[in-house]
Amino acid sequence: MADAKVIPFDDDRSRAGAVQRPVRRRSAGSRRGKSAEPTLVREVQPLPSRAPAQDDVPVTREEQPPERQQDDGDLERRIASGLSFLRRRLTGDYEVDDFGYDEELTDQVLMPALRPVYEKYFRVEVKGIENIPAEGGALIVANHSGTIPLDGVMMQIAVHDNHPANRHLRLLAADLVFMLPVVNELARKAGHTLACAEDAERLLGRGELVGVMPEGFKGIGKPFSERYKLQRFGRGGFVSTALRKGTPIIPCSIVGAEEIYPMIGNSKTLARVLGFPYFPITPTFPWLGPLGAIPLPTKWTIQFGEPIPTNGYPPEAAEDPMLMFNLTDQVREQIQHTLYKLLVQRRSVFF
Amino acid sequence: MLVTGVARRLGGRFVRRIQRDPQVDRVIAVDAVPPEHHLGGADFIQADIRQPGIARILAETAADTVVHLDVTAMAIGSGSRTTVKETNVIGTMQLLGACQKSPTVQRLVVKSSTNVYGSAPRDPAVFTETTPPKSLPSGGFAKDTVEVEGYVRGFARRRPDVAVCVLRFANILGPTADTPLTSYFDLPVLPTVFGYDPRLQFVHEDDVIEVLRIASHEPARGTLNSGTFNIAGDGVLLLSQCSRRLGRPTVPLLLPAVTWAGSLVRTLGMTDFSPEQIRLLTHGRVVATDQMRETLGFKPKYTTAETFADFARSRGPGLLPPEALAGAVDRIAALPALSGGQPPTQSAN
Repeated sequence: MADAKVIPFDDDRSRAGAVQRPVRRRSAGSRRGKSAEPTLVREVQPLPSRAPAQDDVPVTREEQPPERQQDDGDLERRIASGLSFLRRRLTGDYEVDDFGYDEELTDQVLMPALRPVYEKYFRVEVKGIENIPAEGGALIVANHSGTIPLDGVMMQIAVHDNHPANRHLRLLAADLVFMLPVVNELARKAGHTLACAEDAERLLGRGELVGVMPEGFKGIGKPFSERYKLQRFGRGGFVSTALRKGTPIIPCSIVGAEEIYPMIGNSKTLARVLGFPYFPITPTFPWLGPLGAIPLPTKWTIQFGEPIPTNGYPPEAAEDPMLMFNLTDQVREQIQHTLYKLLVQRRSVFF
Repeated sequence: MLVTGVARRLGGRFVRRIQRDPQVDRVIAVDAVPPEHHLGGADFIQADIRQPGIARILAETAADTVVHLDVTAMAIGSGSRTTVKETNVIGTMQLLGACQKSPTVQRLVVKSSTNVYGSAPRDPAVFTETTPPKSLPSGGFAKDTVEVEGYVRGFARRRPDVAVCVLRFANILGPTADTPLTSYFDLPVLPTVFGYDPRLQFVHEDDVIEVLRIASHEPARGTLNSGTFNIAGDGVLLLSQCSRRLGRPTVPLLLPAVTWAGSLVRTLGMTDFSPEQIRLLTHGRVVATDQMRETLGFKPKYTTAETFADFARSRGPGLLPPEALAGAVDRIAALPALSGGQPPTQSAN
């Protein structure tokens, strides 16, 4: 497989020496008005009018129009909206959907809390966002890696921050997520739900954007030596779900997540005792204790591929195992291929 | 029409309401204890449905519709859990046996509960009528309802000529409702399970009466009222939202502690805080109501949130009334340093 140190072909990215490149979300408009790190070289601004929004002070998480005539009024408005947010939260006056998805909390607390990790730590670069439809259901199928499912969360932010319609990705998560206290609560509020055909169909039927990582624990808990080798794609249930709902499948390749926790060992005994599918041993974890649980600051690329339409098939196609296997393989191949391509383009793991 | 379980408020209300319908000639109200409330002119027969005497009553009155509401989670007054269970399960068996013998019965309506789905982290987020439960309820009221539904299915097989309607109600709330969940919400401080925020769905008692009426009459044109239906208000409330709207603070406890405390409370006989209840308040439960809308043709008047608001109004203010909290935030907003001369109402809204 392609190793991390392959000298890349030059591509469309601007090479700015050894400095981190700006993330591409600039082009999608900074919804939060929050600035990225001061970058030396900036990509061409498709909308020059958006530029002033960059040096906004990230005081509040409320959506803000880019114009800032008077700082005073702006600050006031932010405080007011922050207080009204607090008021709504304290009095329980907010809405959640059937899955427990709390859009307000996700937009204003959970996402802003994770955004520094996304922007500064992993410096996620997003490609192919135009492959995600502006509306209607679609199933994003991605590779899974990194010992801890950070890749899903980063993908959620990537879709929301880069997509012109700021679409929310609804992730399908393993049942373990919903058994753990605190984790299950946060996952539900962030819009995740259990990876089962019923929930996926219901979400797709409502026209939601659904994200799934069919490799599951096999992908996320694979040893470091097998990085970027796609595992078996479950039993292809995601294909039949997409076929039943006639929604396109969008393959998504995530590069960078594999190296955040290089898993060199797996303590099966500890895993069994704790009831986890694996217990990772990395060069730093558990030796350095909580310090060892800090992920390595790798540079990530998330590429959304060409959508694979599923609406051209007859209704009984969802029951056709041959077609299902073929489509599963097609999706898997496309993700694997893109992974190799991205790996070749990558200059180094960390930059 | 024969109605069981009329000594309860819900049964009493239903009996009073159904008599006003022109299709109903006579209502026979049955329960083991005389009701404290009036029944609006219905014929009350004191009979224990656990006894075979119910068959004689059914034969004598020649009822054509049987509405079985005596499937409940709590005993009236000081009855024990064993009595409730016997009334639920043995009572249903006796009643169904009586119905099977009766040539006049054409319609059977059974009050069930969404408890039959259980609550587990492996369950899909939304249950439909056909979702098989991942973990069958192990005991308590939930197990009763599973068994009751099993007997009702058996009856429906043996008497295909009888229209059988099973209504699975979500948690019934309202000013007069009296269920384990209402007694839970009446606690001054709500114990919750740490790290879990269950999704809850409620149905208003007015809607319960209305849907029971729809189920016990001939179906309206274009609808069908035999089968199994989930009955719940639109929308979902999280337990944290409930406690905030109710103004009662929560005490998050670790799950083992909650289980232990629950069994302690049960042993002391203070309340029937069953393991099912704890599971519901851990993992929550949401049901799909498409069948109720499309097949049964019933649209609930109250959403889950409205039901809860109505319930909260009927209870006294809690320790942390939402109005007081909102007022406190408004006062902060009104501080001149923050608002800069803006009227405080603007920030509040």
